[in-house]
Amino acid sequence: MSTEAPEINIDRDKGDFSYAEDYAYDAGIGLNPGTIDYISKVKGEDAWVNEFRHKALKIFEDKPMPTHWASEDLNSIKFQDVRYYLSKGQKPSRTWDEVPDDVKQTFERLGIPEQERAFLAGVEAQFDSEAAYSRMKEEMEKLGVIFVGPHEGLHEHPEIFKRFFGKVIPIGDNKFSALNSACFSGGSFIYVPKGVKVAQPLQAYFRINAENFGQFERTLIIADEGAEITYMEGCTAPKFDTATLHSAVVELVALKGAKIQYITVQNWSNNVFNLVTKRGMAEEDAEIRWIDCNIGSRLTMKYPGVVLKGERARGEVLSIALANDGQHQDTGAKMIHAASNTTSNVISKSISIGQGRSTYRGQVHIPKRLSNCKNNTECDALLINANSRTDTYPAITVRGDHNSVQHEASVSKVSAEQIFYMQQRGLKEAQAMSLAVNGFVNDLVREFPMEYSVELKRLIDMEMEGSVG
Amino acid sequence: MSLVTTPVNEKFSDENFRHHLDAFWLNVPWVQELKENSWREYQELRPPVRTDEHWRFTDLRKLKLEGFSPSQEPEEAQKAAVLEQSNVVGSPAGRLVFGDNFLIDFDGVSGELAAKGVIWMPLSQAVVEHPELVQKYFLNEENRLGSEKLLALHNAFFHGGSFLYVPKGVEIEQPLCAYYWSIGCNEAIFPHTLLVVEDNAKVDFVDYYGSYGDDCCSTLSCGVGTIYAGQGAQVFRKIVQNFNEETLSFQLEANIASRDSSVKTIAVNLGSAYARLQNHTRIVGPGADVKMYGLTIAKGEQEFDQRTLQIHEAPHAVSDLLFKNVLLDDSRTIFSGLIKVDKDAQQTDAYQTNRNLLLSKSAEANSLPGLEIEANDVKCSHGATTGQVDENELFYLMARGIPRATAYELLVYGFFEEIVEKISNEDLRENVRLLVRKKFAQ
Repeated sequence: MSTEAPEINIDRDKGDFSYAEDYAYDAGIGLNPGTIDYISKVKGEDAWVNEFRHKALKIFEDKPMPTHWASEDLNSIKFQDVRYYLSKGQKPSRTWDEVPDDVKQTFERLGIPEQERAFLAGVEAQFDSEAAYSRMKEEMEKLGVIFVGPHEGLHEHPEIFKRFFGKVIPIGDNKFSALNSACFSGGSFIYVPKGVKVAQPLQAYFRINAENFGQFERTLIIADEGAEITYMEGCTAPKFDTATLHSAVVELVALKGAKIQYITVQNWSNNVFNLVTKRGMAEEDAEIRWIDCNIGSRLTMKYPGVVLKGERARGEVLSIALANDGQHQDTGAKMIHAASNTTSNVISKSISIGQGRSTYRGQVHIPKRLSNCKNNTECDALLINANSRTDTYPAITVRGDHNSVQHEASVSKVSAEQIFYMQQRGLKEAQAMSLAVNGFVNDLVREFPMEYSVELKRLIDMEMEGSVG
Repeated sequence: MSLVTTPVNEKFSDENFRHHLDAFWLNVPWVQELKENSWREYQELRPPVRTDEHWRFTDLRKLKLEGFSPSQEPEEAQKAAVLEQSNVVGSPAGRLVFGDNFLIDFDGVSGELAAKGVIWMPLSQAVVEHPELVQKYFLNEENRLGSEKLLALHNAFFHGGSFLYVPKGVEIEQPLCAYYWSIGCNEAIFPHTLLVVEDNAKVDFVDYYGSYGDDCCSTLSCGVGTIYAGQGAQVFRKIVQNFNEETLSFQLEANIASRDSSVKTIAVNLGSAYARLQNHTRIVGPGADVKMYGLTIAKGEQEFDQRTLQIHEAPHAVSDLLFKNVLLDDSRTIFSGLIKVDKDAQQTDAYQTNRNLLLSKSAEANSLPGLEIEANDVKCSHGATTGQVDENELFYLMARGIPRATAYELLVYGFFEEIVEKISNEDLRENVRLLVRKKFAQ
């Protein structure tokens, strides 16, 4: 019996559809100061935002490509061929009826309306770079929760959002955060007032629909003292002939005692470069939790981080990565301890199928003068086929008093005994394999909200199709 | 030799290099050629920069090579003093002692071993007497973990060094020892150990690096070591680095393990202001068993920079790494290891563990344990932990009437012991234990 198969044919047609492009605003191809002024003008932005964008563009241009440690594949991004801004010219809609028909059609296939009816407190669905649809249940508004796009956030609520905008992730954090800061459009700005616990998750769907069009969402979530919020983000994208670029920046701020949970299921099509910077700042007694699942894209580089700024703050990253043929999931986590008695936990599971490559990069930093900080990191990699590949590159720095850090990583394959056992009980080899893989990620999948874990299980089953046999 | 005693312009200048060639390698054209190439390479290579992954976390400000010059022959009294200390092993099978690259003492192997074909002599003698043999192995092994420029400097300027060749099936019971002493201030030494161990042969080897004076001004040591283990060969090499705390030390190891061979290395790091240890081990035959151990005691402002690479090119092999670091005062350690498993290396078992014991609030332990796995039927894992002496363990001992300070010391010694007890030679084990405890208790 063999559990290896060189032949892998994955159905990559999910989300493989698009509609005619007729964009009311188009900043053209390529990035220059003119593009930025154009975006600012269309949006009617305040002068300081325009200034912020120009500063970011300069930093983006000055920073070298990080290929001394990252994949050489980054060099195949042609920044001058990308469209940096597109918009339907719509203001975010308040009701479903106001959403244009073709946009609705797209969302229909993504299943948004059902999900919303069934479950969601609010939908901020993004069609290309603008929010196409935005609504919140009335009780949310009554509670004082603000859920808007970045432009409205910065323009209408500067007193809330300006304070933290670009503070958790400064412009110059890396080349791609600078790119996003220069040309961001779309995304979510959320403020949860003191003590408000949002019982239901807020959700946004992102979608890329114009060829060669980079999507640069900007998300800023602020949970005020004692507030709690869960935010979910799922992605699908149509397939295109040339590579598309996606570079988001997500900043989370959890003030004293607040809790933020940010859930991502990323399933871009196989030609998308997904270069995302995500970081949260946790004040005293606050908790930030990233649940991150990467299934699609050509190259994903994403290392969600938590800066544990206040005493007893807690940070957590739970991540699942699935890399199939032609994919490189370069993911990881950063835990920056900046106060005593802080704890962090990282659990990362990756599955490489066919010639897929998954990489874990992690950073844990505990500086001097801190005491009683704890970090636990576990990275497990599963290799399905003989030519699958996995890498682990953690970096751990510890100083100070009574801090303890442990890191463990393991690499394994699905054991022949397990498959044999299940086959003895009448399962087909592929079913057995799928079951074993689902078992490998099961304890993490359980952490996802119900409909996501169902979707995830289905996605894993789909990816496993044809990987054995 | 008289040429060398004439004062030359300090630093590694072209003039110095010509001088070096004329003084030591006049009659060995192939070495001259190798050195010419290395000298050119040294001048072309750029010094390490912070953004280079191989130098991540290293405090590059400490690496100033400008002040050092090629070494001069030590005085007789100095030679006698270091010779007296060249005794970490009681009755070695052979011994070479170098001071500032110059040969001080040479104890050859017994007539019996020589008759079996064992070659043991200074490298400079071997290149003349056994040119084909040396040429086959000398500096042919890849050693790319970031110190290429230093390796080029070593290759251009070395002249001391030890060469051991053990023919097929010959087993040497007692260890062979090489001592490399640094004596002159602001001078550079270039230790070199080349071990060629043929199929089914067995050898135990000890390298000791030390300084003549405890509070000497700064010196540079840039050493290279290579083990070629043939099929079924068993090699066990122990390296004790005990330079004074003003030394910059680079120890560049490149090892090869063939089919069914056993290659074991233990590196005990005690001295130097900055000490970098690179161990680049290639596993080229199935059934090979590689063990890499390290024990470091970091005090004061010392920085220990350890970079290891375990490359599995062949299937069914095992490699296991354990580096333990104890950190006191304001010291720093960096452990950066990588296990690389090639596509064809199925059924590999590879492990890597780094344990850091932080005994001071201002010490800093950096750990970068890496894996690059391209084969799927493997067992690979790595672990890194950084922590303090366990309060529960302390409590347990104190509950049995042991004072806290003693209990603490016992637990720290226990931490060292896991590595120390792996040293097979009793003399060396006891000497290392003493050195380690002395350094810890100072």
